[in-house]
Amino acid sequence: MNTSHPIGAAPEYTQPLLYLDGVTVSFDGFRALNALSLMIAPQEMRAVIGPNGAGKTTMMDVITGKTRPDTGSVFFRGNTDLTQLDEAAIANLGIGRKFQKPTVFENQSVYDNVLLALKTDRRPAKILMAGESQNERDRIEEILGIVKLTARRHRLAGELSHGQKQWLEIGMLLAQEPQLLLVDEPVAGMTDAETDATAELLREINKTRTVVVVEHDMTFVRALDVKVTVLHEGSVLAEGSLDHVSSDTRVIEVYLGR
Amino acid sequence: MIAEKLGLFRSRLGWIVPLIIMGGTLLVAALNLLLPPDAALHVPGYVIALLGKYLCYALLALSLDLVWGYVGILSLGHGAFFALGGYAMGMYLMRQIGTRGVYGNPVLPDFMVFLNWQELPWYWYGFDHFAVALLMMALAPGLLAFVFGFLAFRSRVTGVYLSIITQALTYALLLAFFRNDMGFGGNNGLTDFKEILGADLQLAGTKACLLLASAALLSGFYLFCRRMTRSRFGKVLVAVRDAESRARFLGYRVESYKLVVFTFSAVMAGLAGALYVPQVGIINPGEFDPANSIEAVVWVAVGGRGTLVGPIIGAILVNFGKTIFTGVLPELWLFALGGLFVFVTLFMPKGVVGLWPSLMARLAQMRERLGYQQPQHQPEAEE
Repeated sequence: MNTSHPIGAAPEYTQPLLYLDGVTVSFDGFRALNALSLMIAPQEMRAVIGPNGAGKTTMMDVITGKTRPDTGSVFFRGNTDLTQLDEAAIANLGIGRKFQKPTVFENQSVYDNVLLALKTDRRPAKILMAGESQNERDRIEEILGIVKLTARRHRLAGELSHGQKQWLEIGMLLAQEPQLLLVDEPVAGMTDAETDATAELLREINKTRTVVVVEHDMTFVRALDVKVTVLHEGSVLAEGSLDHVSSDTRVIEVYLGR
Repeated sequence: MIAEKLGLFRSRLGWIVPLIIMGGTLLVAALNLLLPPDAALHVPGYVIALLGKYLCYALLALSLDLVWGYVGILSLGHGAFFALGGYAMGMYLMRQIGTRGVYGNPVLPDFMVFLNWQELPWYWYGFDHFAVALLMMALAPGLLAFVFGFLAFRSRVTGVYLSIITQALTYALLLAFFRNDMGFGGNNGLTDFKEILGADLQLAGTKACLLLASAALLSGFYLFCRRMTRSRFGKVLVAVRDAESRARFLGYRVESYKLVVFTFSAVMAGLAGALYVPQVGIINPGEFDPANSIEAVVWVAVGGRGTLVGPIIGAILVNFGKTIFTGVLPELWLFALGGLFVFVTLFMPKGVVGLWPSLMARLAQMRERLGYQQPQHQPEAEE
């Protein structure tokens, strides 16, 4: 029930954790998403690939409430329609998002970055009264350990290297304790060693959480060894194992062959 | 490393600031009240009023720093909240005049008699009670800020656009308060005050008390803001300032945070205005002038945005400079102010408060250049 999903065999009978149903988004007549339908099963890890402009980031935007689709709906845990909620509500439902460009709070310490991400009641009145419990401190230390930033906990996040910022952001995602993690190009600008370590980290996270990874780096996708969805012009072109989709002639034509 | 030093510097100053403010004003008040007027150390009455005015400006600057320095909302209309609080105080003071006005009307202020009004407009009811007036000093600016902020933040108006509409807000109020039929004294505003809480405003003792009240209010709000900005809540505010969308995707409802702080800041500004009015003896629509709000932004920038103590220093420094300058070369003051803003923006981005740590960093660099091997180097933030 964890790392070793038989590829391409997400059980059909369980309810999907995330279900995009005919989602269309246009910007000034350009269809960024074109009747996109996609199902992510609980505990699954899915890689989403596709050429530039295929709609990968727009898909993330729709799921996290940044962009409202023109038509279609996005169901989370079966009955919650995410298109009716704002970013904060969606985040509090248990969907975490990592941006393509690492986005951390640069003027605050690494420790505080994780503290800010910890799952709590986020309303101003509650936060105003909240201190830091011992439980929370332990949890922060635990997460800093997972993302290997323990030694840097008192440094400003802005002083971290690019790869460390990526990891800090993943750590912040973990602190949110989301059910579903959306990870946009986690290894962009990373060294090979960092890339391997990130793949390992995501697999570890996937033991307890559902993960959707958008990625350009094919070696990384291969390292993840999960079911792949190929997007093209805003809809799904192919789905299956990496070997399966990379032998698909249409995929080769639009993407891999170039 | 600079930030760490700045933090250290700030934390030491944190306890000193209220002590200096309270100790300094107590000393000045004592020198004014206890020494005979011909003594060498006697502080003349006008200095008391001037200092009181500076402290009210400092509180306005502090309120602006809270929204601009910590949440990134550059309000170019904070003078409006200051003026509204001032008007609420002015209305109370007008009602205290009673039959001592030029027309001797026990209820109607002079300007209403002059306009041939027969009775007090409804919105003047209750202002003869200090408690009601006090409530309105906080409520009027707070409510305006709440409604304004609710609409603006919900629509996610940010940056320059937000600054422009705050400017429009104060300009609209300026025009409205100029009108005689608004019932706030029109062009002339409210003045000729006699007493506050039964104390004669002309007495040196009353003036000294007002100065001390300003100092106490400033110190109190300073400590409160310091505590708030260092709490978890304050960390969220800085997060909103630096990476708004990250904060949103972490589940923080950014607009609620902005609204809470903006409203609180407006109440602070209103109370500053309320204490300002009895000390300068007048409130008129000129206080809504957009230029006033912009000046307050300059104080914050000069002192050091996002430091709490900086804006207090900045407000006092710039206004002290203004008092001197307008005495000597009044026609050049605006050029000096503009020049100061340009200078600070270009050469002192962290303001006066930021000078100390950057001076230390310079020194360290120089030492390094002179051959001392310093193991610590400045890690560059990658973008």
